Amino acid sequence: MSQLSTRHLLGIKDVTESDIRLILETAANFKEVINRPIKKVPSLRDITIANIFFENSTRTRLSFELAEKRLSADVVNFSSSNSSVKKGETLVDTVNNILAMKVDMVVMRHASPGAPHFLSRNVKANIVNAGDGTHEHPTQALLDSFSMQEKLGDLAGKKVAIIGDILHSRVALSNIFCLQKLGAEVMVCGPITLLPKYISSLGVKVELDVKKALEWCDVANVLRIQLERQQIKYFPSLREYSLYYGINKKMLDSLNKEIVLMHPGPINRGVELSSDAADSAHSIILDQVENGVAVRMAVLYLLAGARN
Amino acid sequence: MQKRLVLDQQQIAITLKRICYQLIENHDDFDNTVILGLQPRGTILMEKIVKLLEEISGDKVPFGALDATFHRDDFRRRDFPLKANETKIDFLVEGKKVILIDDVLYKGRSVRAAMDAMIAFGRPQKVELLVLVDRKLTRDYPIMPDYCGIRVNTLDSQYVVVEWAGKGQEQDAIWITEKVKN
Repeated sequence: MSQLSTRHLLGIKDVTESDIRLILETAANFKEVINRPIKKVPSLRDITIANIFFENSTRTRLSFELAEKRLSADVVNFSSSNSSVKKGETLVDTVNNILAMKVDMVVMRHASPGAPHFLSRNVKANIVNAGDGTHEHPTQALLDSFSMQEKLGDLAGKKVAIIGDILHSRVALSNIFCLQKLGAEVMVCGPITLLPKYISSLGVKVELDVKKALEWCDVANVLRIQLERQQIKYFPSLREYSLYYGINKKMLDSLNKEIVLMHPGPINRGVELSSDAADSAHSIILDQVENGVAVRMAVLYLLAGARN
Repeated sequence: MQKRLVLDQQQIAITLKRICYQLIENHDDFDNTVILGLQPRGTILMEKIVKLLEEISGDKVPFGALDATFHRDDFRRRDFPLKANETKIDFLVEGKKVILIDDVLYKGRSVRAAMDAMIAFGRPQKVELLVLVDRKLTRDYPIMPDYCGIRVNTLDSQYVVVEWAGKGQEQDAIWITEKVKN
């Protein structure tokens, strides 16, 4: 099958394993496209896509915009900081006004979990979730799995540790769903205050000692401490966090095994990752960024492809 | 289902040899020529042509596989998008003579898309089209092959099926069959 089971990408929880595999296979084709001398294909030339970002973003917004332009789509960008949202306009009104300008797809980031789901029930366009609060970030999980697959082959039976601020991370949740659907084993590791209370009910292992997590895993996906989402103190200081949960090259080298180091960015160098680890041979952080464009091209292509 | 044999294994072998001699006639030692097989089925024919050319002339012609899925003009006009195949081209076509290879020329739309896709690898000096079967009555675009195995008269209600030994079949063969009506 070359068709997704859904017309929106709202979260990895809602898609099937075969959807994920189709997206990853198509992304491999697009990775070849973006490495050609001329990196553009005409597939989406009659499609207009609105990138609606109610939250800050650098990588994801650029990556989506580049993916859209490589597919020849027309792109309009919107950020809430200089919009009528500040004047009290509702989400549905804002988006319907944008859609009245004949927009076919909406890529949205929003601080509220479930905002893209709400939108998908109220507007006609295809919706792609580019991150909804602490809920899901599906394209990040897909590009992470794509990058892991590129390095390790099929992920069935592979061990992936997600390390850091799991509580506030949409990347963690989407990664857990995606990796489990692809047959990988998942462990979460972090200070107990930054692990959701019922996380083990998702079928993941829980580890508090980062060294044990590193010894266990084939891949360490390290997450940023999301200070902007923390209303209370979850640990005494960044220095202490770094001391107990920071990963450096010495730790990685001492494992005496191949380990793949990932980070969705932006990195807080010296907090969750030292510079020598982030820039080491273990790291595939910049591959993740390149793969992000290919994966987003695949998602947009497959969602736009079905006849409306 | 009605099924009519167009070429059998022996006839296909003779046809491929004839096409190769025509290529040698036009491209001499192939020093500025590259071959691109169109995914998915043109690449099988391409591999056979490349092998035969080497056997006959000793020339090793650079070749690659070109997928035109993302350049097709029926995107969003089908119920779902076509699945893409791998494009594998390790050279640029800038200034080269390109021989595009596909098994069956039907509407001409795939070849148009392929030429569009090929331009991403440079501006070729010349492009030629080689097909095993030319369905001459069903063209939508003004595209004609430079090298052709056999020309057949077919209707839109028919398929041309090219079978290759080792690809799920015992023998090479080309058939015309009727499409099954729903």
